[in-house]
Amino acid sequence: MIGDWLDIGWLNEIPVRGARTVPVEGGEEIAVFRTSDNHVFALLNKCPHKQGPLSQGIVHGHNVACPLHNWTIALATGEAQGEDKGCTPTIPVKIDGGRVLICRASTLKVAA
Amino acid sequence: MDFQGHNSSTDEAMIDTADRAVPHLVVVGNGMAGCRAIEELLARDAGRYRVTIFGAEPHVNYNRIMLSPVLAGEKSFDEIVINDRAWYDDNGIELVAGDPVIAIDRAAKTITARSGRTVHYDKLLIATGSDPFIIPVPGKDLPGVISFRDMRDVDAMLAAADRGGDAVVIGGGLLGLEAAHGLSLRGMKVTVIHLMPTLMERQLDEAAGWLLKNALEARGQTILTSSDTAEIYGNGKVEGVRLKDGREIPASLVVMAVGIRPSVSLAREAGLAVGRGIQVDDHMVTSDPDILAVGECVEHDGNVYGLVAPLWEMCRALADGLVDKPTGYRGSVTSTKLKVSGIDVFSAGDFGGGAGAEDIVLRDASRGIYKRVVVQNDRIVGAVLYGDTADGNWYFDLLKKGEDISAIRDLLIFGQAFASGGGPDGGRADPKAAVAALSDDAEICGCNGVNKGRVIACINNGAATLDAVRATCKASASCGSCTGLVENLLAITLGDEYAGERAVKTMCKCTSFGHDDVRKAIVERSFKEIPQVMQELSWSTPDGCSTCRPALNYYLLCAWPGEYKDDQQSRFVNERLHANIQKDGTYSVVPRMWGGITNPRELRAIADVVEKYDAPMVKVTGGQRLDIFGIKKEDLPAVWADLNAAGMVSGHAYGKALRTVKTCVGSEWCRFGTQDSTGLGVKIERMSWGSWMPHKFKIAVSGCPRNCAEATIKDFGVVCVDSGYELHVGGNGGIKVRATDLLCKVATEREALDYCAAFIQLYREEAHYLERTAPWIERVGVDYLKKRIVEDDIGREALRARFLYSQSFSQDDPWAERAAGADREQHHHMAQFFPMAAE
Repeated sequence: MIGDWLDIGWLNEIPVRGARTVPVEGGEEIAVFRTSDNHVFALLNKCPHKQGPLSQGIVHGHNVACPLHNWTIALATGEAQGEDKGCTPTIPVKIDGGRVLICRASTLKVAA
Repeated sequence: MDFQGHNSSTDEAMIDTADRAVPHLVVVGNGMAGCRAIEELLARDAGRYRVTIFGAEPHVNYNRIMLSPVLAGEKSFDEIVINDRAWYDDNGIELVAGDPVIAIDRAAKTITARSGRTVHYDKLLIATGSDPFIIPVPGKDLPGVISFRDMRDVDAMLAAADRGGDAVVIGGGLLGLEAAHGLSLRGMKVTVIHLMPTLMERQLDEAAGWLLKNALEARGQTILTSSDTAEIYGNGKVEGVRLKDGREIPASLVVMAVGIRPSVSLAREAGLAVGRGIQVDDHMVTSDPDILAVGECVEHDGNVYGLVAPLWEMCRALADGLVDKPTGYRGSVTSTKLKVSGIDVFSAGDFGGGAGAEDIVLRDASRGIYKRVVVQNDRIVGAVLYGDTADGNWYFDLLKKGEDISAIRDLLIFGQAFASGGGPDGGRADPKAAVAALSDDAEICGCNGVNKGRVIACINNGAATLDAVRATCKASASCGSCTGLVENLLAITLGDEYAGERAVKTMCKCTSFGHDDVRKAIVERSFKEIPQVMQELSWSTPDGCSTCRPALNYYLLCAWPGEYKDDQQSRFVNERLHANIQKDGTYSVVPRMWGGITNPRELRAIADVVEKYDAPMVKVTGGQRLDIFGIKKEDLPAVWADLNAAGMVSGHAYGKALRTVKTCVGSEWCRFGTQDSTGLGVKIERMSWGSWMPHKFKIAVSGCPRNCAEATIKDFGVVCVDSGYELHVGGNGGIKVRATDLLCKVATEREALDYCAAFIQLYREEAHYLERTAPWIERVGVDYLKKRIVEDDIGREALRARFLYSQSFSQDDPWAERAAGADREQHHHMAQFFPMAAE
């Protein structure tokens, strides 16, 4: 049986204030972030501006600065902050026993 | 729920023969949850059930959270007993202590204890709590390895402490730090090993965790964060712990305190629904209507709790259900307030929140205080307090009630007294009114001991800006935490005349200090870590932003070569991946070509890489080298390994660092050449490669004034002439072209190299992060550079020496380290998802 959640690995595999990527075969890449207070967020690995790989940006608070043009994206909502307009799709995440799980249905929808 | 419908005709088969008229409630677990549930039940209807409690430990009910004070020698066991024997006797409760229940027979409605004793129940309450999690490393079963969960563990620790020596605590969470504190007080030399980068990461953020670590180290404990245990070694008993990085820490006692797991095996074997804990409904009833569960062993609505407050709320709901007045448990919002080694720490709620969550941060470096309140939609959603937790309960109360705090927002962080105080009508004070109400001798700046009267006098004497106040009476000139107060005083005193503008541009929105102030403080006050700078200089955000983090990382790296540990997560992607990110998310790779000179072996290696990794383009750069485009981040280490094999190293084309040294062919080939410009270029590049700078840095050496290497639009340019070397500085191409200023002329190649090193170091030490040499020189003036580098021989030599010292730590090829496997996670996906294969 296929679960509703995809187990992608241990929380410790994601650097604090950093991100790791999960490519979806035949689709887009997902970025999974870990903040300094140990919250985890999953988003499509694309800035709404020029599709920069958000996973490579600098994480501060619950935001990431896109590496291409320094847009700030809120990790919880995917919304561009400040004057910039745009939104990156987000995926529900949960932590269970130190494992990071991302929502299967949302992943398929976002990455398709 | 009908608990009364007991049919006595079936009782013939029952094992115990007690009074059948009163239903029998059997409790598995004599801990805090089990006994509290019974207390709640007795308070509602004392005669409703006949109660039997089974406990695994040979004790009456005691307060488990007070084991820490017992370990620390502040309390005795008798003082932490919650219910003594008399309580059990007076309430007709049978206590079976030291005899754990090992099986439940749901069909027969009996439980069996280890002694073989079997008892019938009408209602069964499981309150087995949790078990310590033991990490599965070799040596975990050696004598001398214990957990920190019950009185027996405390006795074992006390016995070990009596023998003295070294102890290792694995786990830097709440429990681990309490164990470490107790053992330390008992005279043991304690090392805490923690897997995460900061202590108590579940309760504290990075800033507070850093403060805690510093404080504990000052009290004599050794704290090793980001450290993973490989094994516990010893011959017949514990002798020490070996970490995955190879370090060994000798110890005669190892306390395993990495976490707890709900104790669910009994319930699972009985076939009850178990997730992470025993699953219960709002009335604490399990999947079997006659079996209830409460405390740390349960999972309610997907949540498992390891704190005491939720347990009390669960027990109330459970008791209400047992007496047929169900109210229901709705889950708990938790907070943690504790003293670790005498340090007050508080945390509650969520530090993150969703969209629109904002941080309000107060730092008071002189008193060692950090407070952070997270506000979302005018409501508090989380709080972290360090050093002063007096207002913790107030914040938690506002949080739980979801109160609108917009009216007191400006004063919220100063605490309840300040925020609810205010004017004579008891109305909310605005910050200005609160400051105006202060007496003249009220202290404004604690660091420099400046009172309000003096600040106002200094403003009245003409200090009309924050910087002027800082310069004249020193208020707000040190840690900056009183900046807001001083600005309010300026506004009150000057009225409309106060422009409210800062003369110095601040580094970013996280701080009220400019780049120069921050750099000066780092050097003069020996700040050596990013969280330390943020605390001491009162950063207004918990962990900075994408502007200040890279700047601070550079300033620390520059100030403390060989000592400061580079923070990868504070670097821009290019410097983290040692390659240039391109618009499609692939990377370009530029190997170093010393002075622009190459050879067949290097060219072959580059050609091979281009073919092997399908690079769509290879291009000659403006800096006289080759740029390979379209490399995927996963392939970078392999590409580098191939280039390393041909003797090439990173070209740092991606960094705020020395880029290229462009040369012309000079006197070796050119009929106009006056000096060996290629030779000098190679020497300069060998000297300066690998150095991190405020911004990118380009050098060129031209062999004659025809200047084919375009040295006069470089950060540092040498133009060779018959009589020596003209040294030019501060040029760049780019958006705004700027030709260099002539610094001076020197006679020898040696001097050209020395002046170059001194110039680079002055730029490294004094420019602002992301400021190229051109705007820097326009800011400070070329005369200043001449004074420092040309006219001051001793100063120049000192700058050169500092540069070379710094270089002794920075000339390791980052590509070779990565190719050898360092920071693997930077280049590999965490997982891959194959939707088709999985369906």
